Amino acid sequence: MKSNTLILRTAALFIMPLQLMFSVFLLFRGHDEPGGGFIGGLVAASAFVVYAFAFGSEPTRRILRVAPSDLLAAGLLLALVATIPAFFTGQPLLTAFWWELPLPDGGYLKLSTPLIFDIGVYAAVLGTIMTFVINLMESDE
Amino acid sequence: MLLAVLSGYLLAIVAPALHRVTGRYIGWTLAILPASLTAYFASLVPAVQANGSLLFEFTWMPGLGINLNFLADGLSLTFALLISGIGTFILIYAGSYLAGHKYLARFFVIMLSFMASMLGLVLSDNLVSIFVFWELTSITSYMLIGFNHEDLTARKFALQGLFVTVAGGLALMAGLILLGAMSGSYSLSEILSTDLALHENAFYTGTVICILAGCFTKSAQVPFHFWLPNAMAAPTPVSAFLHSATMVKAGIYLMARLNSAMGEGELWSNALMLFGAATMFTGAYLAFSSTGIKKVLAYSTIMALGTLTMLIGVGTELAMTAFICFLVAHSLYKGALFMIAGALDHETGTKDITLMGGLRKTMPVTATIACLAALSLAGLPPLFGFIAKELLFESLLDAPLWSTGLIMAAVGASILIVGVAGLVAVKPFFGKTGNTPKTPHEAPFGMLIGPGVLSLMALMFGLAPFLPEGALLQTAVASVLGSSVETDLALWHGVNLPLMLSAGSLIVGLSLLAGWSRFQPSLYAINTFASRFGPEVGYFKFMEGITTVAAWQTRILQNGVLGLYLLLLVAVTFGLTGYTLLTHHGINLTIDLTDSHFYEWGIALLLLAAAVFASATHSRLGSVASMGVLGFAVALTFILFSAPDLGITQLLVETLTVILLVLVLFKLPEFVNLSSPFERYRDLAVAVFAGGVMTLLILASLDVQYFESISSYYVENSGPLGHGRNIVNVILVDFRALDTLGEIFVLSLAALGVLSMIKLKAEDQHKS
Repeated sequence: MKSNTLILRTAALFIMPLQLMFSVFLLFRGHDEPGGGFIGGLVAASAFVVYAFAFGSEPTRRILRVAPSDLLAAGLLLALVATIPAFFTGQPLLTAFWWELPLPDGGYLKLSTPLIFDIGVYAAVLGTIMTFVINLMESDE
Repeated sequence: MLLAVLSGYLLAIVAPALHRVTGRYIGWTLAILPASLTAYFASLVPAVQANGSLLFEFTWMPGLGINLNFLADGLSLTFALLISGIGTFILIYAGSYLAGHKYLARFFVIMLSFMASMLGLVLSDNLVSIFVFWELTSITSYMLIGFNHEDLTARKFALQGLFVTVAGGLALMAGLILLGAMSGSYSLSEILSTDLALHENAFYTGTVICILAGCFTKSAQVPFHFWLPNAMAAPTPVSAFLHSATMVKAGIYLMARLNSAMGEGELWSNALMLFGAATMFTGAYLAFSSTGIKKVLAYSTIMALGTLTMLIGVGTELAMTAFICFLVAHSLYKGALFMIAGALDHETGTKDITLMGGLRKTMPVTATIACLAALSLAGLPPLFGFIAKELLFESLLDAPLWSTGLIMAAVGASILIVGVAGLVAVKPFFGKTGNTPKTPHEAPFGMLIGPGVLSLMALMFGLAPFLPEGALLQTAVASVLGSSVETDLALWHGVNLPLMLSAGSLIVGLSLLAGWSRFQPSLYAINTFASRFGPEVGYFKFMEGITTVAAWQTRILQNGVLGLYLLLLVAVTFGLTGYTLLTHHGINLTIDLTDSHFYEWGIALLLLAAAVFASATHSRLGSVASMGVLGFAVALTFILFSAPDLGITQLLVETLTVILLVLVLFKLPEFVNLSSPFERYRDLAVAVFAGGVMTLLILASLDVQYFESISSYYVENSGPLGHGRNIVNVILVDFRALDTLGEIFVLSLAALGVLSMIKLKAEDQHKS
């Protein structure tokens, strides 16, 4: 679906990277503020959709670098990986593990298996929607 | 122990990669696993002998009290050693027999998975996990029988085997659940150790019928025996492993295992004796009247399975000793004989015995091994098969019920089996040279080591029976009986009735063998005629019936019009729900509208207007746009009721949905009126009805509260346990992470579905 409007193209070049950064921001703040993996994934997918509407499906594939279904699979794998640490300590699968790294200004950086899980969800949602959009766009060519 | 059972699956995952690395030696490489498993199980024997049994526990779902437990006692260790020991040789054999086959790696993957499932079955302590492993063996057997999948008969008979065993499996599941309910526990060790007097329970008859249906189908008892000879369409290593030494014995294992709990009732033991004896004789008769070497061996396996079933039914101490000895002896000689049959087929190019003869000159080692194994089959000294047969006769003479009938069937069967042993060993190797398609030469080492070792073990056990007896067999008999026992295995017990019966059956059998080429064609003709009324015909008619009914019902309910499907779906679902609501709960229409605000009314009106516009408009773009409005209004509602995460998600999903719809919008054809006004009003009525029922349902759910609200738990614990302040997100990725995992798998399935539909359509367009 090619669009010849200059305005959309220029806007897309600005909006897309900002929207992607915003989606990552939403992902990481999810645990304490509204946000999270699903929302982050949806915002990222919207960013790519804007780019796709402006430039077409082939440039979008190039900028995505990996095939959308691979991205989807990577998301599922990450989500499964988050369940593994519990297996080694003999606890039921999906038990959460938390590591708090002290930061120079006195706060803590909280890393955890739910975070890995959330990143997996992000990738899965992004992969799903990009699969839909890119293939629907290509199906009439 | 958990690793021992699962190791087969793990090795199966890497088997294709190993195949690329090791090439021709893949059989030997993979055989290292079952060899080490055999060593591991052997190491457990002394502990089991001292304590009677060992229980290995692994917690799986502690909240529900479900554990993955494994029970190692005499019976299960005997089976485990047979499975892993024979498995070692089968893998080596298969590497040689199927060398160069295109799908060899796939073969080993399924074979290893089968072995692991079988080990799980015999070692499991929990009724549910026994059932899971049971079905896994059925599925892997299906894949192995149908291994030469380009051959129509292989596919047909693989499906037949699958249906028969899985239908039995369904009955077995019911039976095991009943057993668990009757005894109050799903753990085998608990059921077996407490004296429950199950035969007085009201559910006893049903449980016996269900469990025996499962075991009889799996172990090819009459009338479910017809799938086993047809399973010979599988490659020979499969027949040697599954359909003689291990998988078909799964039913036997379960019956022996449950015998001490269920055996006091007459229904159980009588059914086992009756069906077992019938199967024993039928198998022997059919074996004698066949000419294909694998078919002969398959029918003789049926005979052995019948014998084992019958012995469990008799249930005396002597019968159980005979059971264990016969089990071991049969696995040894049958595995060896099948491998020899495969070697013969591989070298001469034919499976027909009538074409083979005088092969001992060109295949001397094969001939020697075959003769040893056949001697064990016929039950002749000094092989272990002789000890087993003597014990069989002794126990039947001593049986508490129907002793005469059983002994007559057994003697008849053993006469025919002497003939069969001659067919397998004497006919191909002695006598004048037959004309076979390929010029035969000696079979390769990889194919001979298996049968060689197994036959030598049969010889050794026969000459020195105190070795296996002391090592494991006595413990095995004790575990089947449920009490300790002193067995006395020896080649020579003096001149007694069993010995004379054996001698007599040997003489009659040899004379039958001499006249075989005269008898066989007429016997075969009788069988072909009789099989027109047999159970296999019943199977095929049943399958045809299922297909006919399915086609008829599909023509009516799924006629291709999408509107009809939707209508039926919505009408039936909401009709049933509405009916239940009306009759069980009643409709309570008191709605409190006093504290609603004007903007909530505004949103509600917006929703209504958008819905009406979307269904009534003739413009596609308009209806897509108004659906978008609907979505945004719902998002607004979420935000008004302070659910920001839900609101954001709804907004984003709505936007993307509209975009997706727009992508396909312009490919749809022109707007066309496809339905009459009557149909439109009918659809409207059903839609309003469904909406009404849903509304009433939600109103009803507001006044019903069976349990305390769980949201207070989440509010309290989200911070301390979940380390987060956004409760929704903590629930999604921490408290209920398993649900989310399932959801993203569903997303991926949807994506794959869309992908394949688009790609398929593209292929169709390119072709046309």
